[in-house]
Amino acid sequence: MGMKSYDDGSLILTTHQIIWRDSSDFQICISVPLCLVVFCEKQSGGIGRSAKLSVHLQAAQANRTPGPVSRSRYDYVRFSFKNGGESEFHTKLQSAMQTKEWEKTSSQATSSPVSKSSAKTGPIRASGIVGIERKIEENRRVTDKNISVAFQDLTKLMEKAKEMVSLSSNIANKIKDKKGDITDDETVKFKSYLLSLGIPNPVTKETHGSGTHYHMQLAHEIASLLKQPLEENAGIMLLSDAYCRINRARGMELLSPEDLLNACRMLDNLKLHMKLREFETGVLVLQLDSHSDEKVISQTTELVDDSKSLSAQELANLVSVSVLLAKERLLLAERAGKLCRDDSDEGLRFYPNLFAQPMR
Amino acid sequence: MAASTTFNWPWQYDFPPFFTIQKNADTKAKQIEAWCTLVLEYHQHNKLLKLRVADALASPLFSNKAIERKLPKEGVMEVLESLCKKGNVQWDDKSKTSCVIYWKTIEQWADIIYSWASKTGSLNTVCTLHELTQGPHTTSEPFHGLDDWLLIKALSTLQSRGKAELIGEEGVKFFA
Repeated sequence: MGMKSYDDGSLILTTHQIIWRDSSDFQICISVPLCLVVFCEKQSGGIGRSAKLSVHLQAAQANRTPGPVSRSRYDYVRFSFKNGGESEFHTKLQSAMQTKEWEKTSSQATSSPVSKSSAKTGPIRASGIVGIERKIEENRRVTDKNISVAFQDLTKLMEKAKEMVSLSSNIANKIKDKKGDITDDETVKFKSYLLSLGIPNPVTKETHGSGTHYHMQLAHEIASLLKQPLEENAGIMLLSDAYCRINRARGMELLSPEDLLNACRMLDNLKLHMKLREFETGVLVLQLDSHSDEKVISQTTELVDDSKSLSAQELANLVSVSVLLAKERLLLAERAGKLCRDDSDEGLRFYPNLFAQPMR
Repeated sequence: MAASTTFNWPWQYDFPPFFTIQKNADTKAKQIEAWCTLVLEYHQHNKLLKLRVADALASPLFSNKAIERKLPKEGVMEVLESLCKKGNVQWDDKSKTSCVIYWKTIEQWADIIYSWASKTGSLNTVCTLHELTQGPHTTSEPFHGLDDWLLIKALSTLQSRGKAELIGEEGVKFFA
């Protein structure tokens, strides 16, 4: 079975196909439609061999006109340019591949890649792996578009939310300025709405009787719960300790740190015999009203005097408070000018302030 | 001239907090004040006029081995700056690596020398610089053994006050 050898001919490139025509017999010509070309590979010639162009193809369509072979194990066709012209052909072929004229004139065109308006996407006609790939690509494009549309809605939502936030803070500020126009009850209600939206109200900290009903009730609960522990603890307790105690007592329906903080801020205003206090270092404590700084300072100073010098740890052990609290006491006494500090490799210690006293 | 007696350290020198820069402003002020006095007395006792910061940090002045404490460099610089404001320290260079310690200011030297001159009836007479600092009549005077350059500075001050006149490079005449 002899195979016709396609030896001597010329290669013609059109916008839609590559045609090989036999030089001696113009009736003999075979062609490859450009839409099946995946890519073409150039192989430059050398001594003894001619330049070649390998054109890789997709699977042939079922309705193609019969060609030289009905089946081939190769997926490419190689043209051998014995008389040159290979570079130019390659360039022209690549630009024809880019232009894709066959797509524009075909009545069963696939959807164009860039179209903002709702383009008519007809059924995609392609078979084989590339056909599957194209279908996947099309799906992806559609999904992408849907997501963008959805996010547009989200952006609008965010804009509305921003407006709402600024509106409510405007109202909150107006409340702060003109308290007489709204009753206290309504103020509290409004604030609780804001709080439920997650907008912390800055007004709460400064104004009297502010804060939500919930926090007010909480404050009462905290006060009654912690009164005794505070008295046992020399009238002062770290807020974190308070948090632990309260939640342990509650067992269920635990308190969030935020709610505790907000409730404690109201203690002073509600005259519940204790208040929240913040030290310069940022440490937060609950403190009984009966607790006085002067007493603590003189007690601490005395203790330091007796021991010649003390570290925070040592003081903590002496008076059975936490190290953090002991440190605050020493700092308090230092600020009052009763103690001075010694900072060395051995750590931070406090001495009686002999600088302030007449010479020994 | 070496110190004849051992230096009397003040009580603060054995007080560990003395070597930590205090946070309380009032306490710190008193602390720096005590350091200033100590620095001047130390230099006076040892008849030292110059101080190099790098050397001073390791010297017994700022480092008490007995209690294992030393004043950190920031503290030393604060003390020296305080002394500078009072006129007792003059930096040699912009980078502040060394300075002159005027445990008596130039003004004070001028006063001391002049009062000696009037006390000993040397007014309207000429003295040599040498006899002022090395002469047998001044052995008990604080300016005995003073460096020449400092002496000249003091006398120049008197000169600008119109109380003395430098004669040549070796002499001075005091006026009433």
